[in-house]
Amino acid sequence: MHAGLHHYLFVSFMLFGLGLLGVIMRRNLLVIYMSLELMLNAANLVLVSFSRFNNKLDGQVLVFFIITVAAAEVAVGLALIVALYRKRQSAHVEDLTSMKL
Amino acid sequence: MEQINNLVSGGAVEDVLFYVFAALTLLCAILVVANPFSRSPVTSAMFLVLTIISMSGLFVLLHAFFLAAVQILVYAGAVMVLFLFVIMLLDLKEEQRRKIKFFGFVAGIIAVGGIVSSFFKALSTAKGGVDEPKLEGDTFALGKLLFTQYTLPFEVVSVLLLVAMVGVILLSKKKLE
Repeated sequence: MHAGLHHYLFVSFMLFGLGLLGVIMRRNLLVIYMSLELMLNAANLVLVSFSRFNNKLDGQVLVFFIITVAAAEVAVGLALIVALYRKRQSAHVEDLTSMKL
Repeated sequence: MEQINNLVSGGAVEDVLFYVFAALTLLCAILVVANPFSRSPVTSAMFLVLTIISMSGLFVLLHAFFLAAVQILVYAGAVMVLFLFVIMLLDLKEEQRRKIKFFGFVAGIIAVGGIVSSFFKALSTAKGGVDEPKLEGDTFALGKLLFTQYTLPFEVVSVLLLVAMVGVILLSKKKLE
C-alpha cells in the first residue's frame, strides 16, 4: 500500500498516545520528561506530513520553531529537576506531595 | 541531493522504508515508556535517541531534509546529552516498583484511549491531501521563508533562547533563594 498522509498521521497519533501513557504511568520525573519529548515529536511529525501533502512549507517553519522552543524548555526543565533534587533528594513524583491537600 | 531524491521517490523503495522507519519509531517509543527488561532512565534515554533517529528517517521520506538534519543535531545530539548528563548528575537508582494504584491505572488508560480514539475519528473524516506532493524542504527554501515571512518570530525565538539561558543559570546557582 502506498504510504500517504494517513499512514504518517497514524504513526504520529500512536506516538502521541505512547507519550501520554508515559506521562501518566511512569513515576520518574526524568522519564516523564522524555515522554513529553515524544509527544512534541509526534506533533512535529504531523506538521511535517501536512506540510508535505499540502505543498506548503509553512508547517516545516513551525517545526523549526517547535524544535527551538523544545530545546529551551528541556534546559529550563532539567535545571528545575536538578534544583528540586538538591532540595528533596528524590526525583520520584510520589515523594513530591507538598501541594497535596 | 539528486541521488537521495531518486532513491527516496522510487515508489516501492519509499514505501518499504516508510514501514521500516515507522515500525522502528513505534517500537523504540514503546521501549522508552514501558521497557519490560529495565526500569533505568538511561535505557529510556537511549531508546529515545533511537526513536528520534528513526523519526528523522521519516522526515527524509517526507522530503524535509533540513529538519531531518536539525532533528539529529539538536535532539539526538544536544538534548539527549543534556538528559544523560542530568541522569549522571543525579545518580538515579532504578525506578522502584511501587504499587500502582488501580484507580490511577484505569484513569490513565481511559484518558489515553479517549484522546487517541478522538484522533482516529478525525482521521477517518480527513482528506488525503494532494496525490502528487512535490514540496522540497531543503535548506534554501526553508531559509528563504524563515528570513522573509517569518523574520519576527525568528527574532522572538532568539530572545526566548536568551531568557532560557539566563533562567537556567539562575536556577542552577548553588544558593536558591
